[in-house]
Amino acid sequence: MKTKLNFICNNSQVEASVHPGLSLLDFLRKELRLTGTKEGCREGDCGACTVLIGVLNGTKVNYHSVNSCLFPVGEANGKHIVTIEGLNGTDFSVVQKSFIHEGASQCGFCTPGFVVSLTGYYLSNERFEINDAIESMDGNVCRCTGHQSIINAAKKSTQLLSTNISNHTDHINALIKSGLLPEYFSGIPGRLKSLGRKFPASEKILSPQYYIAGGTDLYVQKWEDMLKHNVKFLSSNVILKTIKEENGNCIIGATATVTDLIESKILSKYFPKLKEHLKLFGSLPIRNRATVGGNIVNASPIADITNILIALNATVHLTGSSGKRKLLLKDFFKGYKTLDLNKDELVDYVSFKLPAKNSYFNFEKVSQRTYLDIASVNSSIYLEVTDDKIITTHISAGGVAPIPLYLNKTSEFLKGKTINAEIVKEAAVISQTEISPITDARGSKEYKSLLLRQLIFAHFITLFPGKVKMKEIA
Amino acid sequence: MKNYDIERHVTGESQFVDDVITPEGMLHAYVFYSEKAHAEILNIDLSNAEKVKGVKAIFTSKDIPGENQIGGIIPDEVLLAESKVEYIGQPVAIVIAEDQLTAKEAASKIKVKYKKLPVITNPREAFKAGQMIAPQRTFNLGDPDNSWNSCKYIVEGTVESGGQEHLYLETQGAFAYPVEGGGIKIVSSTQSPTAVQRVTARILNLPMHKVEVDVLRLGGGFGGKEDQATPWAAMAGLASFKLNKPVKLILPRQEDMIMTGKRHPYSSDFKIGINKEGKIICYEVTFYQNAGAAADLSTAILERTLFHCTNSYYIPNVKATAVSCKTNLPPNTAFRGFGGPQGMFVIESAIFKAAEKMGLDPSEIQKKNLLNEDDQFPYGQKTENCHSGITWKNAEEKYSINTIRDEVKKFNAENNIFKKGVSFMPICFGISFTNTSMNQASALVHVYTDGSISVSTAAVEMGQGINEKIRQVVSKVFSVNIDRVKTETTNTTRIANTSPTAASTGADLNGKATERACQHILRQLKEIAAEILNASSITHVEVIDEVVHCDGNKSNLKWEELIKRAHLKRFNLSSHAFYATPGVYFDQEKEKGNPFAYHVYGTAIIEATVDCLRGTYKIDSVKAIHDFGKSFNPLIDKGQAEGAIVQGLGWMTIEEVIYDENGKLLTDALSTYKVPDIHFTPDIQVDFLKNSDNLKGIFKSKAIGEPPFMYGIGGYFAIMNALKAFRPDADLPISAPFTPEKVLMNLYSKVEEKQPA
Repeated sequence: MKTKLNFICNNSQVEASVHPGLSLLDFLRKELRLTGTKEGCREGDCGACTVLIGVLNGTKVNYHSVNSCLFPVGEANGKHIVTIEGLNGTDFSVVQKSFIHEGASQCGFCTPGFVVSLTGYYLSNERFEINDAIESMDGNVCRCTGHQSIINAAKKSTQLLSTNISNHTDHINALIKSGLLPEYFSGIPGRLKSLGRKFPASEKILSPQYYIAGGTDLYVQKWEDMLKHNVKFLSSNVILKTIKEENGNCIIGATATVTDLIESKILSKYFPKLKEHLKLFGSLPIRNRATVGGNIVNASPIADITNILIALNATVHLTGSSGKRKLLLKDFFKGYKTLDLNKDELVDYVSFKLPAKNSYFNFEKVSQRTYLDIASVNSSIYLEVTDDKIITTHISAGGVAPIPLYLNKTSEFLKGKTINAEIVKEAAVISQTEISPITDARGSKEYKSLLLRQLIFAHFITLFPGKVKMKEIA
Repeated sequence: MKNYDIERHVTGESQFVDDVITPEGMLHAYVFYSEKAHAEILNIDLSNAEKVKGVKAIFTSKDIPGENQIGGIIPDEVLLAESKVEYIGQPVAIVIAEDQLTAKEAASKIKVKYKKLPVITNPREAFKAGQMIAPQRTFNLGDPDNSWNSCKYIVEGTVESGGQEHLYLETQGAFAYPVEGGGIKIVSSTQSPTAVQRVTARILNLPMHKVEVDVLRLGGGFGGKEDQATPWAAMAGLASFKLNKPVKLILPRQEDMIMTGKRHPYSSDFKIGINKEGKIICYEVTFYQNAGAAADLSTAILERTLFHCTNSYYIPNVKATAVSCKTNLPPNTAFRGFGGPQGMFVIESAIFKAAEKMGLDPSEIQKKNLLNEDDQFPYGQKTENCHSGITWKNAEEKYSINTIRDEVKKFNAENNIFKKGVSFMPICFGISFTNTSMNQASALVHVYTDGSISVSTAAVEMGQGINEKIRQVVSKVFSVNIDRVKTETTNTTRIANTSPTAASTGADLNGKATERACQHILRQLKEIAAEILNASSITHVEVIDEVVHCDGNKSNLKWEELIKRAHLKRFNLSSHAFYATPGVYFDQEKEKGNPFAYHVYGTAIIEATVDCLRGTYKIDSVKAIHDFGKSFNPLIDKGQAEGAIVQGLGWMTIEEVIYDENGKLLTDALSTYKVPDIHFTPDIQVDFLKNSDNLKGIFKSKAIGEPPFMYGIGGYFAIMNALKAFRPDADLPISAPFTPEKVLMNLYSKVEEKQPA
């Protein structure tokens, strides 16, 4: 199933007839022989293969970083792909100079990925903060430097660029002038536009065997399979990406990415801490691709977005050949990695009631490494409280059962109770009767049981510091 | 100060094995490995695999023309399994196909009939079952048996330390192609080109001169490509030799993690005796090393554990015993520190536990027992230019330890959920290969007629900046612009019989060899210059900044002209020179000698914060006064120190290698094996010990690769101290890595009822 693809890679137009499910990484390295993009792990955990994807949006191109090992080349169609080679100009760029100056590279294998990530940060943000610049490299791992010199390089280039481009109207040209990008970047919007006219997107896949949304787990588990089957990309369907408020409900399209959640004004209005919570989800390039629908249908017991949505008592909306139906997300999971989903059904969107004024929400996640790691245990809580009394509560728990768990008994128990340490301790005891953790690479079952108890404590200590204190609990 | 290599790294221009333009018709290999940790092979059925379209050949041990043996120190390891397998991941067959995916698919169709045998993964169990790699060894100093009486405090305990995955970002790999005359050329990602050459020659039954090995650079090594880059190169060589075609073998990440060995886990028993003044009088320790299924470098690693069993402390009476235990895991191998960290972790644990009993902060005992000048190590060597005390003192002062302690105390009094801990970590690490014969290197320097210079050495660039350091040596000896100097690939036809780039010795050995080669050429150049300038002897001329000076006066004779004239006069503009570290020796029968050219010292202060509600933690800062000697590239050296510190912290904290009871690796991907990321990185401050120099190192510098790794050990005890701030009475077991799981379980395990004394 080869498809004709047309896109711009760095400063060159690429026309290729290739299986759209091939990873962009393989296409870059093997077909285009752009070997600056490296294969380090093929599961989006090292960032050595990071590239930038530029998508035409009106007269501008929006860039974001992705792991090219998890990105199907078919999705490159009509876009601008930037690899490390595409950042090389006549002189070293500001980022490259900063890396050289700080000695922020040793063996050099991870370096192109870091340079691409950091450059991507300046491309996709108009105001620069040192911490954000550093965090834009949260998907890149360096085994040699210990990252200290890389942090220094990010500080240096942020300072240099901030002073250089304070007053500007055209971001890309300002970045070209200040030495971050080669000149050809200014011509990319026009070139993408004419590319779109010449090769309009076509959708002619007859019987897709795989639907690909973000692919951030599919390409970890089954990338070899993608080469042998018909694939269909869901990301081109803009409606599926929408996040909106409707009749007191929040509606999130199945292909909204985690980055979309973070950037959503609706969500940040109702969940001011959501950005902090979601930083614990994957890395920037993963968040740029991973979708809400994917997180749900993957059915992993430790899925973070699912965990949050279950506590928001979300409803999942499905479309299939026999029409539409909906069910509560907590009832969607039937067993380990099995769903109440027919073969011809796709997740359309999820919806949940926007939080009431007297509501509280918290998300807790503990993993071996704090960032870019999968939870040992995660838990979310939603509470509505009137006069110290709990009116409604929903608690979810991941990593303690074959499915993403809704803590039914615990939630029930808390209803009508006045918040204090004793009640919280009792709730934690009840939670232990609802779970069945197993011992695996993410911890022993004893640890996971204990950890869930602690996270329930953490919910209340965080949300009600005046009523529930560490001293009373531990 | 910069590192020329970085200029190529930041543009993506640097080439690694899988990036090199390869000969036409390249075939690809995939290694089929054992899925049983211990079994007899009854039958291997390749028939279905051979039918897969695109498969060119499948090789098993029967296809090896030479000797099926890759063991370096002890000949106990086959390249491809014969009648039995001894660990999961042991190579059994090599599938060659048009592309790697096809080879992998075919490999999944190979059927092996096994007869299962008992599996042992624990070193103490292996020891009980008599499974040892080599006879145990003991280092003795003083009279340990009769000195316990003079100790007021005697503490015994057990210490566990875990494995560590190298996680070089570039996985293992090589490609090979046939050359005329029945030889083979191999491009390999190895720290040890000669080991690849020797083993491939042995496998193929060829003389070594028919196997050429070339190494561009490594995408990280850390010891993982010292001995264990060899099999993959030899397999590519075997397939290429048999098929007369180029063959590439790159391990996918998961296969790399499953098939290759890691840092050795250790289980150890200690007994420490301290007198009423706080002096350590006596120390007895037994190390059980988990070697895995074959010797690899285990015995040498174990030896270094013994060398460093007392870290930076003078202990008059020592009995240290070490035994390498054979288990059904992949053969464990070299990893930064080479057994030293495992030894040091035990003495630090012993001091911590003793301090606990004495009601003291461990640093009080640490400080009281630091090495002084002329103190003797258990292996007989005495300290020389000892910098233990001065780095400790400087660290206390520069980092204001009293302020740190006050702030920690205040923080802990004010916070219920978060607690802080602080620890000291002094280090003393010996420099030289402890196998004396390996302390040799050579260099080949060519000066071309345009004045440009090329240099080849035995050293392999793997991120440690050796290329830049070698260029600096050339530039400095000739006094020419460094841009004239190019380092070449490491190649066995240019530099023969290389020692691996390991043991932190790369810059010293190869730098000194390079210095000598340059001096040979320079001497000749001076003769020419003296002749041209009519100087009476070469002592009157020298090159300064590319210009010949005569009696201190600038002449008109510049570098390029000088070279041209030398060539016309038929002087040799090339030189090959050799260097062997003087004065090192070790007598294994007496277990005494002078194994190290010198020692590297330093002291770090580490701070950590533990979330006592969730069991998570953050290493806040590492501040170290480190003895770099007289560094001639502070940017590179500081980078090595920072990287080593974080890797050491990783080993002590979140990096956890887990095998199940069947010998199956559970942490076989980056999603389950977590190394420090950019968020993990603490605030690192490394300061150079002032006025240090070192006549035994290149340009008076000291080796830097390994020693700072061991500052990471302090991370364990900083967390421990934070835990103790939350649970002062807890008697916590010592078991690294200190994962969030262990922290939480320790925080909330039942407090042992204290027995009345």
